[in-house]
Amino acid sequence: MDLLEPLQSGIERRALAEVVLLGAFCGAFGCWVTTFRLSYPAESLAHGLLPGLVVAALAGIPLLLGGVAGVAVAALAVAVAGRDARVGSDTATAVAVTGLLGLGSLLALTPDAPARLEELLFGDPLGVTDGDLAAAAALALAGGLALVALHRPLAAVALDAGGARSLGISATAVRFALLALLAAALAVAVQGLGSLLVLAVLIGPAVAVRGHFSTPGRSMAAAAVVAALAGVAGIYASAWLGTAAGASVALALCAAAALGALVRGVAGRRAAASPSP
Amino acid sequence: MTAAVAASGLAVAYGGGRPALERVEFELAAGSSLCVLGPNGGGKTTLFRALTGELAPLRGTVSVAGGRPAYLAQTERTRLDFPVSALDVALMGSLANGRWWLPARRSDRATARAALDRVGLADRAGDRFGELSGGQRQRVLLARAIVQDARVLLLDEPLAGVDPASAERIERLFGELRDEGRALLVSTHDVDSARAFDRVLCVNHDQIAFGAPADVLSREVLERTYGAEIVVLDEPGPDGTVRAVTVQHHHHDH
Ligand SMILES: Nc1ncnc2c1ncn2[C@@H]1O[C@H](COP(=O)(O)OP(=O)(O)OP(=O)(O)O)[C@@H](O)[C@H]1O
Ligand SMILES: [Mg+2]
Repeated sequence: MDLLEPLQSGIERRALAEVVLLGAFCGAFGCWVTTFRLSYPAESLAHGLLPGLVVAALAGIPLLLGGVAGVAVAALAVAVAGRDARVGSDTATAVAVTGLLGLGSLLALTPDAPARLEELLFGDPLGVTDGDLAAAAALALAGGLALVALHRPLAAVALDAGGARSLGISATAVRFALLALLAAALAVAVQGLGSLLVLAVLIGPAVAVRGHFSTPGRSMAAAAVVAALAGVAGIYASAWLGTAAGASVALALCAAAALGALVRGVAGRRAAASPSP
Repeated sequence: MTAAVAASGLAVAYGGGRPALERVEFELAAGSSLCVLGPNGGGKTTLFRALTGELAPLRGTVSVAGGRPAYLAQTERTRLDFPVSALDVALMGSLANGRWWLPARRSDRATARAALDRVGLADRAGDRFGELSGGQRQRVLLARAIVQDARVLLLDEPLAGVDPASAERIERLFGELRDEGRALLVSTHDVDSARAFDRVLCVNHDQIAFGAPADVLSREVLERTYGAEIVVLDEPGPDGTVRAVTVQHHHHDH
């Protein structure tokens, strides 16, 4: 089998470029998402933005706009639902997000709708447009710059928010910037990986590298590499095995997470077993 | 000359309830040190939080000259699983210069190293912060406050959990910081150590006394500050003030 075969088709070249661009940014960014314990909010937003995507698909406007609007609506719904203290914010979020997912499916499954629900839910890296690629490149560039500029405040707040405050760093402002980046990342990445699978690229690589590196910067660089490699592996696997591309990429990312956890577990057990000097 | 730190008619409350601290009235000049004494719940931390601006005064005023004060909180709430070295944490102090979007400069690094050295942790600079002991972490956070290069330092029980040798070193450091022209506020439960400060402030919900150690550290003031928690030793200390220990930190043989 020709190793370069996927590269010979323009479709697959674009898919590879998409997963590398998304992986490089989302992999690095995911380290902050997990550090700030935003995995569940991120998943909620990713699933809750489905109605935005469906409405955009039905109306024939760019899906990116639908994604942005969908994230905004989902964030609002989660915030409003979470205000009832008797229910608890995690339960309220679950209800709001399931409701939005249901609404999105309902809209997408009307008889006269174009049959694209599958693609919106599970993503289709092979179907990315030039516009999607441009958006992913813009995200990688602008988001990457934002991560560089925010690196020290993020680290200070992650270590201790109270201490950061006395250094003149507002934890609220830093968290807000993080959420804004998260919304942007989801709106862009959902084009390639779909509403249900997009979280894999944010969380998987961060889990894979956690505990293996001595600084946040190194963890982020490693997570970016892991995400890009897993993305490429997923595209290749789908080309060779004829599996769905989005799902293959998501599985490769999760396999990386599992592998990282496994190595961590083995290393931890070995350290515990070896006699201390 | 204007004071580096001042409080006037200060009352501070949490939520809507009755004030946790009232009638606080003191001034501290630059280049001098203040020891804040009081029992558990006396209002030491509350005073510091009013001085950082975290709690707004219910009544009265506070003023802190020379920009944002450095603040070492009593209870550290750091994430121990976050991968940073002791040096990285000390270096965070340089964020106070306002240019948070720029990477740390080489000179900031040198300052952070020097600060770790001043708290006696030069040899632990490269160690994972989360893998240091509680007392060592407290000293790294003190180093971070020093790197901040503030005119006013608010240190809330900085020596709690610090071993005697390190505590001695850090008490010397207090003197150096004061001699650099900074104003230093340090809370403690160690009545004996208060003697080394220029001023002592005793609080127990109300301000009990403020002044030079020789004037403030009397049996009467200490009993009003600590109530039943104090053991006043009858024998006068070397400078004529009474010697006393608080019960929960009873470490004197007699
Ligand atoms: N977050 C809070 N909410 C409500 N009341 C508080 C809060 N923090 C402190 N208090 C109250 O304020 C009073 C003063 O507390 P503070 O923490 O200032 O005492 P402290 O002198 O620092 O004591 P310690 O020696 O235990 O540190 C106490 O009565 C306490 O119950
Ligand atoms: Mg206190």
